[in-house]
Amino acid sequence: MADTKKTAGAFDIRNFIGMLLGLYGIILTLMGLFGDKELEKTGGVNANLWTGLVLLVVSAGFMTWARLRPTVVPDHVEPVPDDATRPAPRKKPKPRHGG
Amino acid sequence: MPSTLAPVALAAAEPLIDANVVDYLIVALYFAFVMGIGLAARRAVSDSIDFFLSGRSLPAWVTGLAFISANLGAVEIMGMSANGAQYGLPTVHYFWVGAIPAMLFLGIVMMPFYYGSKVRSVPEFMFRRFGTGAHLVNAISFAIAQLLIAGVNLFLLGSIVQALLGWPLWVALIVAAAIVLSYITLGGLSAAIYNEVLQFFVIVASLLPLTLIGLHRVGGYGGLKDKITAFAEAAPAKAEVAPAAQQLESWPGQALTGFDSGFLSVIGIVFGLGFVLSFGYWTTNFVEVQRAMASNSISSARKTPIIGAFPKMFVPFIVILPGMVAAVLVKEIMDLKNGGTPTGGASGDVKYNDALLLLMRDVLPNGLLGLAIAGLLAAFMAGMAANISAFNTVFSYDLWERYIRKDRSDDYYLRIGRLATVAATIIAIFTASIAGGFSNIMDYLQTLFGFFNAPLFATFILGMFWKRMTPTAGWTGLVAGTLSAVLVAFLSKDAFGTASLGVIPLEGQGASFVAASTAFVVDIIVSVAVSLVTTPKPASELKGLVYSETPKEDLVDPDEAARPWFQRTIPLAVIAGVLVLILNVAF
Repeated sequence: MADTKKTAGAFDIRNFIGMLLGLYGIILTLMGLFGDKELEKTGGVNANLWTGLVLLVVSAGFMTWARLRPTVVPDHVEPVPDDATRPAPRKKPKPRHGG
Repeated sequence: MPSTLAPVALAAAEPLIDANVVDYLIVALYFAFVMGIGLAARRAVSDSIDFFLSGRSLPAWVTGLAFISANLGAVEIMGMSANGAQYGLPTVHYFWVGAIPAMLFLGIVMMPFYYGSKVRSVPEFMFRRFGTGAHLVNAISFAIAQLLIAGVNLFLLGSIVQALLGWPLWVALIVAAAIVLSYITLGGLSAAIYNEVLQFFVIVASLLPLTLIGLHRVGGYGGLKDKITAFAEAAPAKAEVAPAAQQLESWPGQALTGFDSGFLSVIGIVFGLGFVLSFGYWTTNFVEVQRAMASNSISSARKTPIIGAFPKMFVPFIVILPGMVAAVLVKEIMDLKNGGTPTGGASGDVKYNDALLLLMRDVLPNGLLGLAIAGLLAAFMAGMAANISAFNTVFSYDLWERYIRKDRSDDYYLRIGRLATVAATIIAIFTASIAGGFSNIMDYLQTLFGFFNAPLFATFILGMFWKRMTPTAGWTGLVAGTLSAVLVAFLSKDAFGTASLGVIPLEGQGASFVAASTAFVVDIIVSVAVSLVTTPKPASELKGLVYSETPKEDLVDPDEAARPWFQRTIPLAVIAGVLVLILNVAF
C-alpha cells in the first residue's frame, strides 16, 4: 500500500455520471447541429441542441466536483463479502458481515 | 382476475415509436455503462472498488438519490403520468402528501432503529421484535408482493419494448425478463445503487426536455390550463371527465378519490393516502430501506430519505405535467378521455398508461427520443431488479435459512439465491399478465400496498413505541389487518376489477384509501386487544427495538452536532417540510 492518499478515480460515481451525460451531450449537440431538427414536433425549438448543451454543462460540473473534492479510499479496505441478494459477483466464500 | 394476454395483444403491432440509429446508439450506450459497472464490480479489479462495494460505505447524497430512484420506476413514471392524464393536478398528492412526510418521518424517527439494530432486512427487525409469527407473516407477504410488483414493472418494460420494436407483448415480456435476469446477475447491491443514481440523471435528462417541449407546444402552463378547461367543457357527459376546476387544483382532489364530498375527499387523501398508505410504504418497504442501510453512518442513513425528499418533491413536474399535456395534445389520449376506445397503444387498445409514450412520439425529435427510451428502460429494469433482489434477500435469509434449511454453507445459500432469482423472474412473467388486465396500474398497486403495507406500518409503529405489545399481537394484528383490507376490496365496486361485488359504493383510488385505512385501524384494535391478554417480551430483549428501552445516545450520531446545519438531519427535514407546504399552497 502506498502512503499517498488514493482517490477513487474512474470508479467515482460522479465521473461515471459525468462521462455518460457528456457522451449524451455530444451526441445530442451534433444531432441538433447536423441532424433533422423536426421543428414541427418541438414547436420551433432546436430541442436536441439545447438539451445537448445543458448536458455538457452538467457533465463538466460533475467532473469538476469529482476533481476538486476527490473521494479518498482508505489504505486498508475490508474484502467484500459475497452478496447473496444477487447471484453474482462470485467470490470465495467468506464469513458474512455481522448481521 | 381477468385474463390479460388478450388475442389483440398477441398480434404483432406496428412500432409505436419511430426510432432511428442514433436513438439505438443512445440506448446502447446506457446499457454499456450499466454493464460496465456490473463487470467492474464482478471482477473487483482494485481495492477501491472493494471499498465502494463493502457494506455501509456510501455517502448520503448517493444513497439519497438511489432511495428515490429505486421507486422512480414503473409506478412513478407510467402510473403517475397516466393519473395526470386522467385526473390532472390532484395526482401531486402521491408526492407531496403521499411521500414526503413519510420519508421525513422515516429519516427522523424510524431509521435509527433500523440502522442501529444492524438487521439485514425489514422482516428481520420484525423477527427480533415479535418473534416467529409476525416474521413469517411479514416475510411471506413481502415476498409475494415483490413478485406481483416485479410483474407490474415487467409488464411496463415489455410494453416499451413492444412499442419500440413492434413485437407481440408476450415475446416482449419474455425478452425483457431475460434482459433483467442478466442485469441482476451482474453486480451486487452497491453496483445496483450506482446504477440507480445513474438512472436518476438519465431520467431527469429525458423527462425534463419532454415536459418543457410539451408545455411549449400547448402554449405554456397558462395554455395548458385553458386547453384542459376547454376540453372538460366540450367532453360528452358519458365520458365522466372531471370538471376543469378539479383537474387544475390539487385540493380537495375529488377527481382522484371519486368521493362526492370535498371534505371526505380531503380526509381520504390525508389519512388514507398521506398517513396509512404512504407511511406504510415508505417506512417499512425493504426495497427502499435497504438503500439507506448501505450508507456510511447513522447520520447518513437518517439523511438518506431526507435528501431524497428534495428531488422527490419536484419529480411530479416532470411526470404529471407530461401526462396532463398528453391529455390535450395527443389525439389518442384525447379520444380515450372523451370515452372512446382508440386502438394502437402498447397493449392493443390505447390506455392512459400509454400517455407518456405517445407524447414522446409526438413531440420528441430523434436523438432526444433515444434518451427518453433509455430513461424509461432504465427505470423499469432497475425497478424490477430492485423487487427481485429484495425478494431474494427475504426468501434466502428470512424464509429458507430460518425455516427450511438451517446452518448450511454460504455456497448453499448463494445457490438457493440464484434459483430464487430465476424462479422469481419466471413468476414475474405471469404476474405481468395479471397486471396487464387492469386499465390503470396505479389502482392495482395501491390495492396491493393496502393489503401488505398498511397493517405492517400499524404493527411497526405500535411495536416501536409500546413495549407492552406482545409477540402474539404482532402476528394477529397483521393477519386481521390484511384480511380486512381484502374484504373491503371485495365489497367495493372495482378494487379487484370484475371480482369485486360492489356492495360498498367506492371505486377507483378512493376504494384503496378506504381499504388501507380499514386495515390500519383493525390492526391497531386487534393488536391492543390481544396484547392485553397475552405475555409481552421481557424488557431486556427489546433494547434497540423499542423507543423506551433504547438509550437515547444509540439513536443519534455523536459527530452530527459538530457539522454545519446543512449536513444535519433535523434542519434539512425542516426545510423539506416547509418547501412541501409551500408547494401544496401554490398548486
